[in-house]
Amino acid sequence: MILAAALLALAAPATPPAIGAGQTVSSAPLADTQLADPVAEAKAQALMEELRCLTCQSQSIADSNAPMAGDMRHQVRSRIAAGEEPEQVRAWLVERYGDYVTFRPGFDWATWPLYALPLLFILVAGVLLFRRIGRGGE
Amino acid sequence: MIAEIGLAALWLAAGLCLLQFIAGAIGARGDEQGPVSALVRPAAIVQALLLVVSFVCLLWVFAVTDLSVALVAANSHADKPLVYRISGAWGNHEGSMLLWVTILGLCSALIASLERRMDARFVKTALAAQGFVALGFFAFLLLSSNPFARLNPPAEFGAGLNPLLQDIGLALHPPTLYVGYVGLSVAFSFVVAGLVTRQAGPELARAMRPWVLAAWISLTLGIAAGSYWAYYELGWGGWWFWDPVENASLMPWLAATALLHSIGVLAARDALRTWTIMLGVVAFSMSMVGTFLVRSGILTSVHAFAVDPERGAFILGLLTIYIGGAFALFALRAGALAEGKRFVALSREGALVFNNVMLSAILAVVLLGTLYPLLSEALGTRVSIGPPYYNPVTAVFAVPMLLVLAVGPLLRWRRDRISRIAAPLVLVGVVLAASVIAVVAFSGAGVLPTIGLALAVTLAVASWLPLMGRNPRRVPLALWGSMLAHFGVAVSLAGMASESAFSTERLVAVRSGDTVEVGPFTATLGAVEPVAGPNWTALEARIAIAGEGVDTVLRPQSRTFTDPPQNTSEAALLTRWNGQLYAILGDAAGEGRWQLRLWWKPFVTLIWYGGVLIALGGLLALLGHLRSGVRRARIGEAIAQRRADRESEAAA
Repeated sequence: MILAAALLALAAPATPPAIGAGQTVSSAPLADTQLADPVAEAKAQALMEELRCLTCQSQSIADSNAPMAGDMRHQVRSRIAAGEEPEQVRAWLVERYGDYVTFRPGFDWATWPLYALPLLFILVAGVLLFRRIGRGGE
Repeated sequence: MIAEIGLAALWLAAGLCLLQFIAGAIGARGDEQGPVSALVRPAAIVQALLLVVSFVCLLWVFAVTDLSVALVAANSHADKPLVYRISGAWGNHEGSMLLWVTILGLCSALIASLERRMDARFVKTALAAQGFVALGFFAFLLLSSNPFARLNPPAEFGAGLNPLLQDIGLALHPPTLYVGYVGLSVAFSFVVAGLVTRQAGPELARAMRPWVLAAWISLTLGIAAGSYWAYYELGWGGWWFWDPVENASLMPWLAATALLHSIGVLAARDALRTWTIMLGVVAFSMSMVGTFLVRSGILTSVHAFAVDPERGAFILGLLTIYIGGAFALFALRAGALAEGKRFVALSREGALVFNNVMLSAILAVVLLGTLYPLLSEALGTRVSIGPPYYNPVTAVFAVPMLLVLAVGPLLRWRRDRISRIAAPLVLVGVVLAASVIAVVAFSGAGVLPTIGLALAVTLAVASWLPLMGRNPRRVPLALWGSMLAHFGVAVSLAGMASESAFSTERLVAVRSGDTVEVGPFTATLGAVEPVAGPNWTALEARIAIAGEGVDTVLRPQSRTFTDPPQNTSEAALLTRWNGQLYAILGDAAGEGRWQLRLWWKPFVTLIWYGGVLIALGGLLALLGHLRSGVRRARIGEAIAQRRADRESEAAA
């Protein structure tokens, strides 16, 4: 996975490099500061792990050094701190960035096969096996 | 000169591969004794030697940083330490494809020189199939990914290697993984040969088993190594991201795990013939799909695919030929295979079939989740599929599978009664109930981690139950292997559940001298000072860790590389028997403060120890099966000898 991430990073200079020490501090103060209330922080953390960093290669905003991920972490923490529920924050982000931003695909016309196909698979396999085994040993 | 030797060796190897295919195909038609078909074994062996020469040439041009080779100029730099210059040879598209083809060639040579269980016609057919697969990848390498292309004039400096790859992980992870990926080609070729020569019985299963086991061990180790590498190198403390590239390595593993178990049924009971054949095709197909996904650039987006469509279309074409061809052959011949033996649901076969269906369902989920974003993007919407999808949906199949695993190995072949295994069944039930209650009462973990922990405890006990009523000194090596591997699954699962349930994270901005608490430890930031390495400079923090009898200093770094210019975080890890403390140095936060990110991850190391145990179990099983294979061959020879003696006596 690193291999691919690194190769892609090389191929696409637009990918922002990781921010290291000594660089300027992001203007989003809550990007890397935990909320004082542990319950709110846990909610924010759980949500951040399910939101996609839009400028990275399949990382969540909780797992990314990219500036945009920092801004989004700030948004999530400040909205949760202001009393919003995680699902409201998610809905707000989905409205802005589309379904692509959330790693939790909802259940709608575009995503139903994700849940239906595994079910179908297990049903077909079950029927086939049942027919075979049902006829008994030997 | 070296690069030209490498390229020449590669072309010669391709020529021999063609010969291997033709000679093998003639042998497959039944002309085993003909002069051409006798060439198949030597062709395979010399082909492999030439590929090794070619690969060594690539290592050489990387080791000496020959900047007149385009690949070196684009991916290496003279200032890198030697081990990273060498491992950089496969840290790029062309080099990794050469590694792929080299291992494929080595597999051919190993079949040609080692396979003695099956008859000559079978081996020749398998080598023809192996050669046919290799030809496509030779074409890909030579026509669209030549690793030895020259650069004229030579570059002045190399562009360097991505710093994330400058790690011992690059030296170990890709070769191990590739041995596993490509090792599955043997299963593919054997299955094709089995279909062509109409041999799909226990002999085929016994002949395939060592090869599949070896590939599977390697795949297991490669995935575990990759996971640990991502964990410490990416600096975010995650060990599995359900990233498409990770999924690409998981899918062949799932298929190979299912294949191993169905091979066990076929070898012991001559049941599940067509299913085993199909899994053999699926397993290597997954290796090729993984290669396609990773190498075509399609993963970032279908639009990235369009940037370099030639390579992607090439691999897609190969995929269609091989997978389509194998399934067409399967469809033609599967009906002609005699159906295997039957069994009832409550039997060892029944449990293994359940395991197979569940593993295949998980494979289907992972494949669907990996490809779905591409499909939906092609249809105009972009969706992301991540842990919130994969974790629960795979758990739906994994949990019943692990429950059956707890008792399945206790069942007898063909037909069994519940009353016979009542005692261990009750024991497993009690352990499961007790561990669920204990986890719920004492930890307050989420639903999935709770199930994971309880299952891990149950499985850790249940995996040794087959020992009951046996004399341990008389337990076959292969059974020790299977128990150890199943125990490894429990250990790994315990690590995953514990990491997700009990990790604590601290994100702080502190001055030198400030102390923060993380888990059972206190961390005190000391000086943050510049240090220099061979091709990087870094800021290094000294963090004093105390508590639980520990008194040590962690030194996480924030490194700045020059070629190419990039920053990386080097995590510092404190490994204890009961977990890991993970420290990252972040940005300067103003007013002399530094961002620190600290995690205490209880028992996280069990994830990878479990992986190693699984691989060790595979190794024991491999040795056990090889030994009993030799013994069986010896007995067979002795019987044949005795019969010959008796016949000659009778004749006299």
